[in-house]
Amino acid sequence: MAVLKLENVAKNFGAIEALRGVSLQIEKGEVIGLMGDNGAGKSTLVKIIAGNFRASAGRMFMQNREVAFHSPLDARRHGIEIVYQDLALCDNLTAAANVFLGRELTWRLGPVRINDYAAMNRRAAELFQELKSETRPRDLVRQMSGGQRQAVAIARTRLSNADIVLMDEPTAAISVRQVVEVLNLIRRLRDQGVAVVLISHRMPDVFGLADRVVVLRRGSIVADKPVAATSPQEVTGLITGAIEHA
Amino acid sequence: MHKPDSAPNHADLSQAINRQTNTRLTALFAEQATWVFLAALLSALVLGFATDTFATSQNLFNVTRNFAFVGLVALGMTVVIISGGIDLSVGSVVCLSAMVQAIVMNAGYGFFPAAVLALAAAALVGLVNGALIAWLRIPSFVVTLGMLSIARSLAMVLSDNRMIYEFGPDQALLFTLGGGATFGIAHPVIALALLGVATAFLLRWSQWGTHVFAIGANERAAVLTGIAVPWVKISVYVFSSLMAGVTGVLEAGWLGGVTTNLGQSMELAVIAAAVIGGANLLGGSGTVLGAIVGAALIEIIRNSLILLGISTFWQGAFVGFFIILAVAFDRLRALRSAQF
Ligand SMILES: Nc1ncnc2c1ncn2[C@@H]1O[C@H](COP(=O)(O)OP(=O)(O)OP(=O)(O)O)[C@@H](O)[C@H]1O
Ligand SMILES: [Mg+2]
Repeated sequence: MAVLKLENVAKNFGAIEALRGVSLQIEKGEVIGLMGDNGAGKSTLVKIIAGNFRASAGRMFMQNREVAFHSPLDARRHGIEIVYQDLALCDNLTAAANVFLGRELTWRLGPVRINDYAAMNRRAAELFQELKSETRPRDLVRQMSGGQRQAVAIARTRLSNADIVLMDEPTAAISVRQVVEVLNLIRRLRDQGVAVVLISHRMPDVFGLADRVVVLRRGSIVADKPVAATSPQEVTGLITGAIEHA
Repeated sequence: MHKPDSAPNHADLSQAINRQTNTRLTALFAEQATWVFLAALLSALVLGFATDTFATSQNLFNVTRNFAFVGLVALGMTVVIISGGIDLSVGSVVCLSAMVQAIVMNAGYGFFPAAVLALAAAALVGLVNGALIAWLRIPSFVVTLGMLSIARSLAMVLSDNRMIYEFGPDQALLFTLGGGATFGIAHPVIALALLGVATAFLLRWSQWGTHVFAIGANERAAVLTGIAVPWVKISVYVFSSLMAGVTGVLEAGWLGGVTTNLGQSMELAVIAAAVIGGANLLGGSGTVLGAIVGAALIEIIRNSLILLGISTFWQGAFVGFFIILAVAFDRLRALRSAQF
């Protein structure tokens, strides 16, 4: 049974048709590589799934039940987490505080909620351990490498045991060594049964990691096939339009 | 071809995760408050040796009481600055709150009903500030600049621009609270210590404090993680106004009379204290201790000019110098950490 199913989803921004007739199924623990040229609609698609945008048309199902999200929090309650391209971290807080941001573990002192730092640090350390990332919960995010910052953003998605994690170009702005680290983090997520939608412009990311590749061109899906059944050459042709459809 | 995963073994990893990068000592010296404290201490020591008037108990009493008022308001300002905003209305709120206190007591009511009304007036100003900033998204600079004008004008309207110096049956209590001392420590200083500890505790330990820091550093991230950003912002401005309100009540008691120019241009000294103490006007950082030692440093400079017989016209130059020095210090540190 698909964890998420989209049926004929469309999105218009005024006169711009950013997405049209997008249908997609995501299975448990599957990694989908979402590719396409600039402006093809990739970010728009994941933002609809994550509740940032409402679709202009079409339907969305989770475990065969129709859903409609009004906000990112709403989507999160349904088990969908998104890792934003800029990671949405606060540099002046510790890794653990960032992981728990907005979901702090607290106890009550009269009208005031007091942070339970010990519990948050412990849980964050467990999450980093699961992700096999050498990230220290009590360190400030300001001092961290690109890979560690990704680990913090990804650990955030593990707090709620999300079923689906959406990642918008996680490897776009980091060094080669850190790309390896981030791809490993994504493998850990998949190993824990999480479905991952990975937006990337990099063929090696998608071909090294994804089970399926989905290609968007000018708002429509032009290919949706197992990685084993295609090649970087074919995908490049699909992205540019040299190959019409596959 | 490289090996894809050179993951360290389990024990090494958990050790690395549980190590902490900063020791307490390096953290202490990275803190601007520490340096400002040392500067204030050094000036005090030099003055103590250079003059025989500084280290007298009367002078120290006066110095501490004088900076307590700026320090109290700076507590609220620090929280506002951490959240990424600014509150220019605090000086006028000090005046409004003192005026409400004075008028109500002058009309024959007791200290406590008057204080409740004074603080309510202050809180209301903060609520309006916060609502306009959080919901209408008007920049805090503009909203509180407007409120600076409005709150002082209200104080003038309420008092008909008269000085009020008769405070009814509880006059003695008011004067004791604002002008008296316990164990040789001026009451405003005790208020500063208590409220300072409370503010530091809230910032360091409460969920609210974490959210204030988060909003100041990355407001979009705060929104996306589900923090109730507008409410936190409103609470921040109410908090700042309440600190100014408390200061107004105490200052009414200390001065023994309230005029409508009370707290005029106080916001500048308060912002200076917060910035000298390490609050970053771009938001996201600042400490209670920094604000208090910043206020202390400003007062010690003023006091030393008087004691050394130098024209107090120089005070502005020194305060300005320290503001720029404090920010330059912060820049240098940022540049250095960007290099390594
Ligand atoms: N908030 C918006 N308002 C109006 N138009 C938008 C908005 N967001 C996206 N668009 C438009 O929708 C189309 C798809 O944009 P989208 O950001 O989804 O592309 P993308 O595939 O993520 O591209 P990139 O690789 O550059 O990130 C573009 O034409 C873009 O200009
Ligand atoms: Mg995009």
